[in-house]
Amino acid sequence: MSDVQLALGGASFDGLVQVEELAGQGMITLRGDLTDDAIVTAVRDVFGVTLPGIRETAIDGAQGALWMSPDEALLLCPADLARQKTDDLSAKLQGAHALVVNVSDARAVFRLKGTMLREVIAKLAPVDMSPGAFGPGMVRRTRMAQVAAAFWMDDASTARIVCFRSVAAYMFGLLSISADEASAVNHFTR
Amino acid sequence: MLLITCPYCGVEAEETELHAGGEAHLTRFGPDSSDAEFTSYLFHRENPKGVHFERWRHVNGCGKWFHAARATDTLEVFGTYSAQTTTPPKDILDTIRAKRPGFRWRDLT
Repeated sequence: MSDVQLALGGASFDGLVQVEELAGQGMITLRGDLTDDAIVTAVRDVFGVTLPGIRETAIDGAQGALWMSPDEALLLCPADLARQKTDDLSAKLQGAHALVVNVSDARAVFRLKGTMLREVIAKLAPVDMSPGAFGPGMVRRTRMAQVAAAFWMDDASTARIVCFRSVAAYMFGLLSISADEASAVNHFTR
Repeated sequence: MLLITCPYCGVEAEETELHAGGEAHLTRFGPDSSDAEFTSYLFHRENPKGVHFERWRHVNGCGKWFHAARATDTLEVFGTYSAQTTTPPKDILDTIRAKRPGFRWRDLT
């Protein structure tokens, strides 16, 4: 197989937080009734996690599942396993009303590292980023400036952001500006 | 600013995360309808100052269409409900009747 090329070649920026284009993130979209036992069981068999509830994440090491809508989940795994896992899950869901697609190459993923990540995201998305309203274990699909995006927090100082690969450069520019040292608002650290 | 709660994902979304889909609960008239019915379906819309029922889509979010009952003059949102219905649910209508006695919207009062 040919080498996987990242949209921005692994670009990174250091500022209020460290912004890094993440390599090796496999992403698989699952459409179907997320409460259907057959689908829940198949995902547990292949990804080792139970499908999360509304706007929640279920992550176990490199594998996980994110709630995207009542009939959509984004499944996470290492990129080199994505194709195999897509096939495995499709095979297990034969006959079920579900659709499984490997979207790893259709998306760009950025990781934010640093305690200021709430502020960096809050400047770009119409989302309440206060610790009481959003935290690890939750996922939010929204927009960041002018493009659709989803983000979730792995822990208090790590977040991952997913967007379409075609807007990766725009997203990286946004995140870099929002993370510029000179643009600190210190809203959440005051 | 208009804040509408998406009934599918529970997010209290700000207007820029949503897309307005026009008037709710239209009856579609197709090829076998009369000219008057088709004209009415295609062109005639309510334009109230006050209670209105609309379709919205949580476009930068879960992507689902839903219905919202709101006041066009104050931006008060009375409630949101599933897209899979042809009339507003009773609890939404009761809320509106309590807050806006005597409201009228098409044949709803």
